[in-house]
Amino acid sequence: MGDPIGMVFAPGFFASAPVQTAMVIGGGAAIVSAIIGVFTIIRGQSFAGHALADVSSAGGAASFLLGVSPMLGFLGMAVLAAGAMELLGIRRAQERDLVTGIVLGAGLGLTALLLYFDVTTRSTTGATISVMFGSMFGIPSSLIPPAVLVGGGVIAVVIAIYRPLLLSSLDSTLAEVQGINVRLIGLLHLLMLSLAVTLAAMTIGAILSTALLIGPAAAALRVTSRPGAAIGLAALIGLGSVAGGVLLAYDSYDWTPGHGWPVSFFIVSIISAVYLLAALPGRRARRGAVISGNPETV
Amino acid sequence: MRSVNEMLVVDQVSVAFPGRQVLERVSFTLERGAFCGLIGANGSGKTTLLRSILGLQPLSAGAISIDGLPRSRAAGTIGYVPQKIQLDSDIPLRARDLVELGLTGRRLGLPWPSKARARLVDEMLTAVDAQGFADQRVGNLSGGQQQRVLIAHALIRRPKLLLLDEPLANLDIRAVAEIVALLRRVAGGHGITLLVSAHDMNPLLGAMDRIVYLANGRAASGSTDDVVRTEVLSGLYGYHIDVLRVHGRVLVVAAGSANEIPLNVADPSTHIAMVP
Repeated sequence: MGDPIGMVFAPGFFASAPVQTAMVIGGGAAIVSAIIGVFTIIRGQSFAGHALADVSSAGGAASFLLGVSPMLGFLGMAVLAAGAMELLGIRRAQERDLVTGIVLGAGLGLTALLLYFDVTTRSTTGATISVMFGSMFGIPSSLIPPAVLVGGGVIAVVIAIYRPLLLSSLDSTLAEVQGINVRLIGLLHLLMLSLAVTLAAMTIGAILSTALLIGPAAAALRVTSRPGAAIGLAALIGLGSVAGGVLLAYDSYDWTPGHGWPVSFFIVSIISAVYLLAALPGRRARRGAVISGNPETV
Repeated sequence: MRSVNEMLVVDQVSVAFPGRQVLERVSFTLERGAFCGLIGANGSGKTTLLRSILGLQPLSAGAISIDGLPRSRAAGTIGYVPQKIQLDSDIPLRARDLVELGLTGRRLGLPWPSKARARLVDEMLTAVDAQGFADQRVGNLSGGQQQRVLIAHALIRRPKLLLLDEPLANLDIRAVAEIVALLRRVAGGHGITLLVSAHDMNPLLGAMDRIVYLANGRAASGSTDDVVRTEVLSGLYGYHIDVLRVHGRVLVVAAGSANEIPLNVADPSTHIAMVP
């Protein structure tokens, strides 16, 4: 009891292989999701990001039936949904939200059917929880190489197109005027969004992956006004939340009856708490800005 | 044949959208350093004409040249300030970041800080009187302040021709006067040719030396006194128009009964005249 390190890190934490896998894949998913999340919020596509995740759950469910890696399942469906959204190419925000909502519903409906098959025809009773809410200590370590490859690829592309992506996310006309191919940039963003969602779905589940995508980014946007700093801070918040969540879940074996609580619960709780902390002082600043700004309508 | 003094030549330009002819054989030229107002009601094709000059809008017919170059090769010489853009206060971007993106938005790789570039950004912010809010988020700025930042964003590439789409819309009276004064300074001090669209010509009357008036997809151009006349505007609209000058303001009034007037010519100045 006199050992403070032992009180925080329950015995075996650092040596545990599932913990190591969860840290690597979860941490990578958090960093990639946070970076893409900042651009997704600037583009006003948070809802589309969530829909992509929901649709990808159908792929995750199908992967159990087909006996392929869940990563392939999530990725296949997410890319398919992103392609459909790009093809529809809806400009008006309201119309886009309606179509996104319908696609999201259809995807989840398909997931319901596939999960039913999973549970009834295969003895994969854990599939539902795993696909929807993740099972971080159950991720096979064989997924580390492809996950690192995907994560590294996304980060490399963001570094390469950082400024064109930032400008076209702000306003497509401003970007077009400088000769930026906004359609191509938009497509690349959707593709990277699909990859980020895939990584997040593998770790904390398809339904909860929005938390990693939007939460850290939204908290960072409240704190800093510099785009580069916002991205770095969002990645740190995401990484910290995953590490903290994994630790708390591991420790919870000791103080909960049974098998400990799900990692996803702890991660999402930490993200929510960080966002609340970031939002509280921001609210005051925002009210001040409204008063000092001009209404500007004659 | 072409005079070296011509910055913009719009020659017989037509643009058609499915089921609608937006521009029909529009022609005009702008001399270097001109301050030209592009005046027309909402929906008269002002934005389409500006996008055509920028090369973002395919033409059905006609040609546009800028500083003697076809528009496809003139991208670097044009600056553009779009109609008020939607900037949420959540967006992590300061006014100075947006100005810098005017210069570097196209570049690949990470933006390493550069002293020379920071100086240039400061210079542009000073030129548009935006130093006071350079470090504030663009989403928290007023409409007039955002307009200044967008003008600096366009100016930092040192364009020869600057197009502004409704820069005075949705601004209060004081901000309108400030932006007009700023535009005069830009045109005079930097020798930049300006094409400024507006649905109401009155705030620009003292500043512009040329006018292009759009109605029914057609254009009339020249000095304000040549164009804003009963005969010219009646010809454009296709029915009788009265031009009234009251206390230095111009009111364009459609005469005749209401059912003769097509709905798409609801010029705000017309409303002013109709409401006592």
